[in-house]
Amino acid sequence: MSDVASGVIEIIAKKKRVDKPTVELSDKLLDLGLESLDAVEMIFDLEEKFDIQIPYNANTNNPRTEFETVGDVVAAVEKLVAQKKS
Amino acid sequence: MTGVHRVVVTGLGAVSPLGNTVAAYWDNLKLGNSGLGPITLTPAPEELTQKIAAEVKDFDPLKHFAERQLSTLDRVSQFAVVAAREAIAQSGLAFDMPLSLRTATIVGTGVGGQTTLDESFRRVYLEKRTRVFPLTIPKLMANAPASQISMDCGLRGPSFAVASACASATHAIGIAFHMVRAGLVDCAVTGGTEACITFGTVRGWEAMRVMAPDACRPFSKGRMGLVLGEGAAVMVLEPLERARARNATILGEIVGFGMSADAADLTAPDLGGMVRAMQAALDDAKLAPADIQYVNAHGTGTAANDETETKALHAAFGPHAKKLAISSTKSMIGHALGAAGALELVATLLAVRDAIAPPTIGYLEPDPACDLDYVPNEARALPIEAAVSNSFAFGGLNAVLAVKRFS
Repeated sequence: MSDVASGVIEIIAKKKRVDKPTVELSDKLLDLGLESLDAVEMIFDLEEKFDIQIPYNANTNNPRTEFETVGDVVAAVEKLVAQKKS
Repeated sequence: MTGVHRVVVTGLGAVSPLGNTVAAYWDNLKLGNSGLGPITLTPAPEELTQKIAAEVKDFDPLKHFAERQLSTLDRVSQFAVVAAREAIAQSGLAFDMPLSLRTATIVGTGVGGQTTLDESFRRVYLEKRTRVFPLTIPKLMANAPASQISMDCGLRGPSFAVASACASATHAIGIAFHMVRAGLVDCAVTGGTEACITFGTVRGWEAMRVMAPDACRPFSKGRMGLVLGEGAAVMVLEPLERARARNATILGEIVGFGMSADAADLTAPDLGGMVRAMQAALDDAKLAPADIQYVNAHGTGTAANDETETKALHAAFGPHAKKLAISSTKSMIGHALGAAGALELVATLLAVRDAIAPPTIGYLEPDPACDLDYVPNEARALPIEAAVSNSFAFGGLNAVLAVKRFS
């Protein structure tokens, strides 16, 4: 697993509100019970950890539905990390 | 005086992003003008992600205060005192003995002296200075605006600050209204003030991800959130008998106040809490839903508030909700947090007095989730006998005032 993937999983694992021992790339965000403030906190944690800027407005974006799975979040973060390096 | 009194408003004062007197503010509201613009008040605004806010403009503190007094006044207290002076001047009251002892000063603020706090932190953390200005603490304390009004205007009765974020001013005015109604005091100077457009506070709001980048469009399809505002509004409340006895001009009557707490989410709006506060205000006023013609909505322009508030209006007013004229003053002056409820009650009182519903500007097209009449973009002539003004705060604290045309 990539560093980004393990970092994202670590952050989402802290925010999840369901009793599930591990978070997998295939887990759906909605099934992990993330609430709206959890999403805002998750984005902050991701930005801090990977030193990236995630464009996000809670009025028009909903990461709980825009990103279906944990793997989708990983892919998005990997893209932003790559953009930062280039 | 003791017992149950009718409570009337005999003075209004405002400092707002649309003018620094009530007359200027109200004229601009009726015209549907926007008080939004680029952020200029903070150091290095170009570093901020958020580019716009609704700032108070052309406010020269030296026009209102001597330098010596100014060194004791954060911007939040300057706004409050200027608005209080205007309201008291209009009321025609002189606070001699014994009225001074029987006059309450109750002022809401969400966060108090943010400019002072921001400046002192900048000195300490950024510039590594070892000293901050000597009056830093009494300038930034949340009760500073209430204290400064009491000192400036010589008001010696009960005085305190009310803090309930975006509902602070409505809670403050509501408590003042109940105190005058119950005969606990013979007069009240009350309202709300906020001056929160500082670098650190804007960063805080950026992190919540709820601010609109370009315009505040309450209840409209395509709305993208709130825009921060600032300002103050203060009003003079007194029993009808006193106002009549001295032939005061009566601007309106406050008739009901309702409060509730969601006890649910910290920031997400709650339908039940909103409905309970509106119903409590109507009950307190002994008004039926069908008695109301105009609602000054909380209407922040966030996706969640406007949809939930619409549902709450349906629930509280039933079929009559469709007949209400509803508008969001925040579309024009942004969200002035602890001052919002006072600025919006001024708009509500004048809407009733002048029979004009001010508009919700920035309205693009209907959102199916917001299916009521929001007076889009242009003010409307409308006879109003009674109206309510909603304030719903972060933390789930709700406050609603009901007013009537005075006759």
